[in-house]
Amino acid sequence: MTAVQDAPSKEIGRDRRRKEDQRLITGRTRWTDNITLPGMLHLAMVRSPFAHATITSIDTEAAKAAPNVVAVLSGKDFGDELGVCINAWPITPDQKAPGHSPMPADRVAFAGEIVAVVVARSAAEARDAAELVDVEFDEQPAVIGIKNALQDSVLAHPDLGTNKSALWVFDSADAGTGSDVEEAISKARADGIVIEREFRQQRLIPAFMEPRSVVVDPTGEQITMYSATQIPHILRFALAATTGVPESKIRVIAPDVGGGFGGKLQTTPEEWIAWAVGRRLGKPVKYTETRSESLMSAHHGRDQVQTLTLAADKEGNVTGFKVHLDADLGAYVAIVGGGVPVLGAFMFNAIYKFPSYRFECQTVLTNTTFTDAYRGAGRPEATYAVERIMDDLAAAVGVDPLEIRERNWIKHEEFPFTTVAGLEYDSGNYEAATARAKEVFGYDELRAEQKRRRDEGDRVQLGIGVSTFTEMCGLAPSRVLGSLDYGAGGWEHASVRMLATGTVEVVTGASAHGQGHETAFSQIVADRLGVPFEDVEVLHGDTQIAHKGLDTYGSRSLVVGGEALVRAADKVIEKAKHLAAHLLEASEDDLEFAGGRFSVRGTDSGVAIQELATAAFAAHNYPEDMEPSLDAEATFDPVNFNYPHGTHLCAMEVDTETGEVKMRKYTCCDDIGNIINPLIVSGQVHGGLVQGIAQALWEEAVHDESGTLVSGSFVDYLLPTAADTISFDVVHTDQPSVCTTNTLGTKGVGEAGTIASTPAVVNAVVDAVRHLGVDDIQMPCTPERVWRAINSGGKGGSTEGAAMPHFGDDAGGGNQEMPGTSSTEGAGA
Amino acid sequence: MARINLSVDGSNVSDDVEPRMLLVHYLREKLGKTGTVVGCDTSNCGACTVHLDGRSVKSCNVLAVQADGHEVTTIEGLSDTVDGDLHPVQEAFRECHGLQCGFCTPGMIMQSVDLLNDNPDPTEEEVRLGLEGNLCRCTGYHNIVKSVLHAAKSSSGEGANA
Repeated sequence: MTAVQDAPSKEIGRDRRRKEDQRLITGRTRWTDNITLPGMLHLAMVRSPFAHATITSIDTEAAKAAPNVVAVLSGKDFGDELGVCINAWPITPDQKAPGHSPMPADRVAFAGEIVAVVVARSAAEARDAAELVDVEFDEQPAVIGIKNALQDSVLAHPDLGTNKSALWVFDSADAGTGSDVEEAISKARADGIVIEREFRQQRLIPAFMEPRSVVVDPTGEQITMYSATQIPHILRFALAATTGVPESKIRVIAPDVGGGFGGKLQTTPEEWIAWAVGRRLGKPVKYTETRSESLMSAHHGRDQVQTLTLAADKEGNVTGFKVHLDADLGAYVAIVGGGVPVLGAFMFNAIYKFPSYRFECQTVLTNTTFTDAYRGAGRPEATYAVERIMDDLAAAVGVDPLEIRERNWIKHEEFPFTTVAGLEYDSGNYEAATARAKEVFGYDELRAEQKRRRDEGDRVQLGIGVSTFTEMCGLAPSRVLGSLDYGAGGWEHASVRMLATGTVEVVTGASAHGQGHETAFSQIVADRLGVPFEDVEVLHGDTQIAHKGLDTYGSRSLVVGGEALVRAADKVIEKAKHLAAHLLEASEDDLEFAGGRFSVRGTDSGVAIQELATAAFAAHNYPEDMEPSLDAEATFDPVNFNYPHGTHLCAMEVDTETGEVKMRKYTCCDDIGNIINPLIVSGQVHGGLVQGIAQALWEEAVHDESGTLVSGSFVDYLLPTAADTISFDVVHTDQPSVCTTNTLGTKGVGEAGTIASTPAVVNAVVDAVRHLGVDDIQMPCTPERVWRAINSGGKGGSTEGAAMPHFGDDAGGGNQEMPGTSSTEGAGA
Repeated sequence: MARINLSVDGSNVSDDVEPRMLLVHYLREKLGKTGTVVGCDTSNCGACTVHLDGRSVKSCNVLAVQADGHEVTTIEGLSDTVDGDLHPVQEAFRECHGLQCGFCTPGMIMQSVDLLNDNPDPTEEEVRLGLEGNLCRCTGYHNIVKSVLHAAKSSSGEGANA
């Protein structure tokens, strides 16, 4: 029993070191690939080297004869039990979506799609045998790239008759949230400023460090799937919905998961194939992808062309913003594929009071890896567009980029504010975040240095980039999701179990994969119940333990899952109070609860909540009208999103002779409401920043014209290293604008850095050379593109050329093995 | 099959292995040393970094047979994890929040230990260059660099020997 004097001081706000770390820094980990079960068999996938082809025949004889091979199976060997890969968010009623088999029997639609699976006693033997599967393909014309797809001359899926999947439109005049944008543009053309831009959101790869892995164990009464997933509960639901196994017969476990960033927010062909093979053979099976397979076949992110028209008066007061997106879904409409760009629909107006707004999103199918959520999911793209074009507006008016923003942003006294996109921002203080960021950054000094270097004609020019972002996070109010035709809700579940000895088990439906839930949630519960931090154990990621949940994505775990936890804890306190009154022979009205202890006012009589847990367990003495238990659960459905915001400032040096760019300084002031653990928050911001910076400067997934992913390894897909990056100034406002729709006053932070940083960096690069006639540089801003922009005033050249400057003209595929003409020995990695 | 005899985390082990077997697969599959992980197939990520005779190597880039007669230390042998007595670099990663998902962490720590053995008092620039062969997707490197500098400071004068 813990004595009351051991009760901790306030946990919330403390920079607690993480509970998770001890096992992670000593190698005592439970990655899915670490799991070995008796008699376990290993899978290797045979993948199509062609972006679009019909399957003529599959000869598996040689593979079947290879040592220790147990089975070789292709799509035609399975019936309905193989299931389908689902799309949970058809964005329009008439959305066109091809059927998505985990292992198609007749036709493949992207390079990397699985056509056969080899099962062997070891992973190495499975891979060896996969090389022996002889697949005859009849190659079909492939459509690669958004603009090609829009022409509909080559079709990704001929049966659909078009590559256009869905057109989703929001118009402020139609919605009654604002005026008519065309009118605003006409007026600005006559007597104001109109800025028209086309921005490219290049395709990115989430590139979590732990390759995806899945283990299926069919030997118990429940079939168990271990998977490196962000979404064990959704995975369980989808398996039940599509493979004919009752949900009650399915257990899904997400053990230690090594990063996700949206990339593991998917129900994958690999999971479905492992499920079917495990059931077919009645033996445990494991599949772990190679990095090349991961880059090629795990979903990609971003990939949009943004066509933008901004209208303003001569002083730079924006009067309208018109956005048309063309978004590449890849070969299939993935689980929330079409919905990702639509999530951006509400964010192009950002922190500003635009009077009119129109958003259109045309999704298209191509013969490339399917796309879906990647950190920020729709909101980084929106933030990039508006923050880049606001800089152009500042340049057109001839004022500082921060000044043009201030003219247009929502003032702190104007909250709550209903935006032109129809959202109600509950709180914010853009003035305070900007003032603090400027001060820490040394904004005025750096502007002075920039002017000096410009006046002196320095070879290395300095640019300062601004991004004043907001985002909607905490996905999501279920009714809002329903109105958008999303296939599920956005609530979260939690339960609190008071154990007999006074320690506490907390069960959450959120499913961490590096965020530190175990630590932050322990802090919340420790404060709420007044028990020591060390006495709280957070359980998650196993549907037998956490039977109910909607998992982790969209910066929701703390703001939705944390609130569920608070409500469950409060129910425990209510029950405990009733028991305490009974045991203390006092009225509940005379009890006060503080520091984990119920006391009778004005006496020294009292009892600790942990003692009450023991009393409830013994159940020797409790009120007639209660059950002998303090345990409680809660399901919280948020009533609104929440809206973290911040001002990010970036200084970039650009060598005007070589095009080389170098980050000099990066400062951000994020207002994320109340902070539970500042150490974890700063970590989230740092990591988010680098992912956003990487989009600006380095990363791009490139398919060649035949549909081969040429950035299919870490040699070609440029993840930043420690040597490429700098240390950051991460600060917060002294008086955060707390969220008004949850008890803790918290706002999401998981995606903020990524959403904010990309435009800050590109704005800085452009700012460094704007005086040379440059107003845009296409991402990633490679030295080649920057040099070309300086020397031509253009955007810096084609995507493919700049992304692989080390390939010769004749290479066509770099270090990738080029496919044969009609046949290949399986590319089983 | 080839017979190899080596020391791993202080224990002598002996096995018949295929000549093509990588050291990382030997550690994981034969010895159950799953603290060391595989993150890529092009030796870019460094997640599999271990020490071979006290120097860091990417164990996906070493054949098991090449380790014959040598001493291998993995993250699991860096400290006595049973009584929780951590190596100063492990302690620094915990103290400075130098990890999030933790997948790159074993390799990152093993590389950092080697870096500090070479250069007990590195600058930030030297730390960043010394970790260039190890990828992390969570931390943005900020707190990893801080952790290594913290470890150098906390063990200054006595080195950071494994």
